[in-house]
This record gives sequence, structure tokens and C-alpha cells, in this order.
Amino acid sequence: MSWLPGVVIILTSIVAAMILAVIALPDYVPLEVGYLRPQWVALVVIYWVIALPHRCGPIIAWFSGLVLDVLMSNLLGHHALLLAVTAYAARHLHQRIRMYGVWQQSLVILGMMMCYQMISYWIAGISGDGRWREWYVLSAVSSALIWPMVFLVLRYLRRQFDVS
Amino acid sequence: MLGLVLLSCTLLFTDYFTDYLDGVRSTLNVIVTPVIYVSNIPGRTVRGVEEIVESQSDMRDRLLALEQERLILQAQSVQMASLIAENNRLRELLGSAAKLRDHVLVSELVGVNPDPGKDEILVDKGSADRVRVGQPVLDAYGLIGQVIEVSPKASRVMLITDDRHLLPVQVNRSNLRLVARGTGVSGQLELQHVQPTADIKVGDLLVSSGLGGRFPVGYPVAYVSELDHDPGRPFVETHASPSARLEQSRHVLLVFSTDQLDADPSEGP
Repeated sequence: MSWLPGVVIILTSIVAAMILAVIALPDYVPLEVGYLRPQWVALVVIYWVIALPHRCGPIIAWFSGLVLDVLMSNLLGHHALLLAVTAYAARHLHQRIRMYGVWQQSLVILGMMMCYQMISYWIAGISGDGRWREWYVLSAVSSALIWPMVFLVLRYLRRQFDVS
Repeated sequence: MLGLVLLSCTLLFTDYFTDYLDGVRSTLNVIVTPVIYVSNIPGRTVRGVEEIVESQSDMRDRLLALEQERLILQAQSVQMASLIAENNRLRELLGSAAKLRDHVLVSELVGVNPDPGKDEILVDKGSADRVRVGQPVLDAYGLIGQVIEVSPKASRVMLITDDRHLLPVQVNRSNLRLVARGTGVSGQLELQHVQPTADIKVGDLLVSSGLGGRFPVGYPVAYVSELDHDPGRPFVETHASPSARLEQSRHVLLVFSTDQLDADPSEGP
């Protein structure tokens, strides 16, 4: 059962990311600040795929996406598809990304999150919500900026609990 | 990987075109309830602390103001009761059905959808409190929106400013019937198909017309804020700003209309 703590850590971090993704902000914070929030779940999934590609892949990403869809009342499959594709890309690139420094990784994340938002926009188009909003780009930027923090925190957790 | 993509696409289209997945969604909704609960803890704590640190004199002032307001409102509501009785007697004379007062349930806002493309809020009453999909939601100043998704302890409300939302309204002054569409921009509604000759002015109050059978008649919705007639266009571009405080209301009212309880739910638009 040596794999058990690892699975608990991975799942806990994903659930924590979901909580951050829907957390209610206090009244005096303008609504727009909420739109700027990074794509927490995507970042956490990308981290685990890069760190442990044999452990965490598109399937875990797909199920977390499904739960996120319910949380955010999207069409079922919206984030599931997005996160599965993201995890697939991250697994494809994981050896290269591991070589980079944290800020270089941020740039890769920026590119990935731009694609993420673009596909998200296409999927939203299915349900007739086809308006482009600048918040989508800004959210990708904030995701890239917050990546070093996510990376360092999760790496600390991974080393501390010896997840492998 | 291809399998997952196909599976997601199947889910997407099934969810969009049919309602087979509603059961799955409500089951998952029950599972994610703890996440929503936890995500609401910081807000609750902040409000709790604010209540604790509020000074006694401030509290007493507020209490006094509330007491006065309650007195005034009570006096008005007594008058209102006699007016309703009179109105119903007149309606009886005309042979139309009597109007009953709507019941409301006070509910607290617990979350806002973080997606900029969606104007939705979460409130803390759900199917356990007999909340249904399609139920109208108000605040003290007017209509806010309608319930679109219900789980046992929470429900999701689509605001009238969401760009997927349409609302049948009428101008209170001239009884002109119109349809108000959400624009996706906060604090703005768009009135559709306003004829250049229509009797409508900036500042007119729009109330819900009750057509469509989903919203009750006569709740304030918005004030007309802008009329822009370009002679090259067939209709006047008209905007209105909601009278409800869509983004500031901490408490909302879920309306149980009495005639709505009897009505066939499948008749909705």
C-alpha cells in the first residue's frame, strides 16, 4: 500500500485547486477580480503529469474535469475534454519541461493556457455562448504568473511526502 | 486519448441536445456539495468577524434604523392588504381570477460563477426546501433571475443580465409589451424589437408581464436607460438597467407563486 499516500496527496491537491477555482470572494472585491483567477485545476494537473507521468495522466485529468464541469455548471465534458488534452500535451512534453527553469516553464504554461482558453472558447461556442472576452487571455497570463508558486508548493509536498 | 476525446464530445452533445444526463449531474452535484461548502468558509468567516468587531453603538444605530423601517413597512403592508382585498373584489366583479400573494423564501448568496461568460449565482436553499427549476428569484428592489439547477442544499440562479436570458416585460406607464434580453454586461439589459413609434421613454419602469408563465406579473425589472434611434435601422436600440442590485444583494427571495404550484410544469417556455 505504498502508493496510497501518494494518491491521497494528488487527489487532495486537485480538490484544493477546485475549491480555489470556485471560492467566493468577499463583497467588496469587484467581480472582475474573480474573472482573473488562474486555472488552478489545470495547473495542478500539469504539475502532477510533469512530475509523475506514470501516475497521473489524461484519465485522472478527465475525471477531475468532469467534477469541475458540475461545479461550474458547464456542459458535462467541457473541462473534462480540456484537461484530458492538457494532460496529454504535458505528458508529451514532460521531459523537456523538466529541464527548464521555473520562469521558462511559466512561458510554456502561458502557451498551454492560451490553447486551453481557446479550446474552452470553442467548446463554449457549442452552447451558443460564442463571445470572446479579454478575460480569457488575462486568466491565461495570471495562470502563467502563478505557476512558479504552484510548482514550488507542490514540489515541496511531493518531496515531503515522498510521492512517486 | 482519442477515446477520452470522443467520450467528452459524446457527453457534450448528449448534455446539450438531450436531458439524459440530468440525473448524472444531480448525483455529481451531491458529491461536490462539500467543495462548495468549503469554498464558502472564508466569506462566512469574514462576515462573522465583521459582525464581532462592529461596535455596540453602530449596532444600536442600525437596530434603531431597522425598527423604524419595519414600522413604516408594516403600516404600508396593512394598507396593501386592504388594497388587495379591494382589488380582488373588483376582479370578482369583472369575473377574473383573484390574485393571491406570493410566498417567498429568504436565501443567502453563497457563490458567484467564476466564468466571465456566465452571470450565475449560487444560493443556499435547494430541493430540500422545495426549490424547483424555473422558480423566479427577487431581491428587495426587483427581479434578479431564475433557478436553473437544483441540488439538495443549494441552487444555481441565472441572472437576468446573462446573455442567454430572455424576460417578458411591459412598460409600467403604457403597458407596452417587450422582451428584455441579457447582454452579458453587468447592469445592462437590452430591449428587443422596439418600434420607433413605441410609447417608451428614458426612465420608464419595466415590470415583468407574466407572459410565458414563468415569472409572476408586476415585479419591477429595470429602468429604461438609453434610447438610440438610428433612422437606418428598423428598431430603436434600447437599453435598460436592472432595478435589482444584482451584484450587491447578499440575500435573495425565492418566489413560490400560488398559481404556479397548480400550473403544469411542462407548460413553461
